[in-house]
Amino acid sequence: MTDIVAFNHVVKRYPGGKMALDGVSLRLARGEMAFLTGHSGAGKSTLMKLIGLIERPTRGQVVINGTDLATVRRRQIPRYRQRLGLIFQSYNLLFDRTVFDNVALPLVIRGLGHADIARRVRAALDTVGLLSHERKFPVTLSGGEQQRVGIARAVVDRPYLLLADEPTGNLDPALSADIMRLFTRLNETGTSIMIATHAIDLVQRMGHRRIALDHGHLEAG
Amino acid sequence: MAEQRRGRDGRRPSQRQRIPTLAAPAQGWLGAHARCLIEALGRMHRRWVASLLTVFVIGITLALPTGLYVLVKNLDTLSTSWQGTVQASLYLDDDVSVERGRTLARRLDARDTIDGAEYVSAEEGLETFREASGFGDALDALPSNPLPAVVVVTPDADMTRAAVGELVDTLRGETGVARAELDQAWLERLFAILSLIERAAWVIGLLLSAAVVFIVGNTIRLDIENRREEIEVMKLLGASDAFIRRPFLYSGVWYGLSGAVVALILLGGCFVALAGPLGTLTRSYDGALDLVGLGWSGGFALLATGIALGWCGCALTVNRRLADIEPR
Repeated sequence: MTDIVAFNHVVKRYPGGKMALDGVSLRLARGEMAFLTGHSGAGKSTLMKLIGLIERPTRGQVVINGTDLATVRRRQIPRYRQRLGLIFQSYNLLFDRTVFDNVALPLVIRGLGHADIARRVRAALDTVGLLSHERKFPVTLSGGEQQRVGIARAVVDRPYLLLADEPTGNLDPALSADIMRLFTRLNETGTSIMIATHAIDLVQRMGHRRIALDHGHLEAG
Repeated sequence: MAEQRRGRDGRRPSQRQRIPTLAAPAQGWLGAHARCLIEALGRMHRRWVASLLTVFVIGITLALPTGLYVLVKNLDTLSTSWQGTVQASLYLDDDVSVERGRTLARRLDARDTIDGAEYVSAEEGLETFREASGFGDALDALPSNPLPAVVVVTPDADMTRAAVGELVDTLRGETGVARAELDQAWLERLFAILSLIERAAWVIGLLLSAAVVFIVGNTIRLDIENRREEIEVMKLLGASDAFIRRPFLYSGVWYGLSGAVVALILLGGCFVALAGPLGTLTRSYDGALDLVGLGWSGGFALLATGIALGWCGCALTVNRRLADIEPR
């Protein structure tokens, strides 16, 4: 139960025969922050998708926060995902809604009241330093700012696990370092974080644990 | 001190806080639905040209069967107001004297199956015709009276139409009767035509209702296709199918409702356009003809039908489509 993420001999083979993960076992302790590295096609995204229940493993067991994901039925997936914080390379913001409404979306989905939503959205925007931008639309923001909106949306409902798939993939090195510092701050407040990235040099400077994947196999961890 | 701590509404702060806490779940649920309803309207407004076209198509589609229904309803009231006057006319031979005619009328009047029989002499008939038709001068020019004497027979009101038909057949055999005609024969034909139109209205109504369902379904399908990315994001954030479905269902409701409103406006326009000529026609029938509209209940029924059809069209599409969209 101390592990937030546990993979036991997980195999994922896509239809067509491509082996994405070949017997991966790994653990992420509660409150830990780790980087998932490896070149494209190493299996980083597949691993993330298995945690987010976007894909199911071919064999093996994935246990998240004590729940064996094999027991989560299709209808229960929305509720399960509500407790995760997902961050994407392409930010995945809704462009016809304001920054405030984008960040509020997970809370609206959960059906929280107005006052509660406003308070928590402002707290999340404050954390990422975008409180003054709440009425703006995402298109008027820079890439770094858009990603910070994405992060605010991921943390607004206090997830037990934050998953980021190439969060700095579209950002220059200075902005990337900014975003990574933000993750470190969030981790210091107790959030477990797993970040998939191929920005190896940035990861090495940060000094957190590194999980390296190569052709579906675990290299070090 | 206590006075100072009271808020503007005169309640203590603790009292004011308790109220929203208690009502919060209901507020959240109601609020979520109200928000979806407004949001759906906002979406339609943002693409208002396309929405307006859709709404107009739905409106015309709904107006057609409803208009037909109103027509049938009017013809129905018209025919029932005439239904009570079933009469048969016995045209007498020219050589039948006034006395013999009166005797025949009295004899028929005594029968159980006949409510009343009245002798109308050729002269009386001519006089009535002269007054009613306005052909007075032309009639004066005629050398002799062209009209036969008539016995107007009113059959017993409780008789079936078939029995009345048989009665008329036996009257045809009476001596001195040249021809016997039931005034209602043309009315029977009108009834047959009316029931045909009514049936046609139902069939057309059903077909066009199906058309509305398909129009809304297709519009929502395109809407879902345009918002595919948004739906994927929502699913990734843990939105249930019901949550994603809700705004689309409300769009369907809005389409149906606005279509019904357009249909009402179109029908109202037709009504106004027809009121003038119909008023003239009505006056010529001594006001016996009254144009019947859809009425309040009919109007509400149309709005409710619009909403129901919009909801159906959406519900039939949205589940299948949303299941297709899964984050990759």
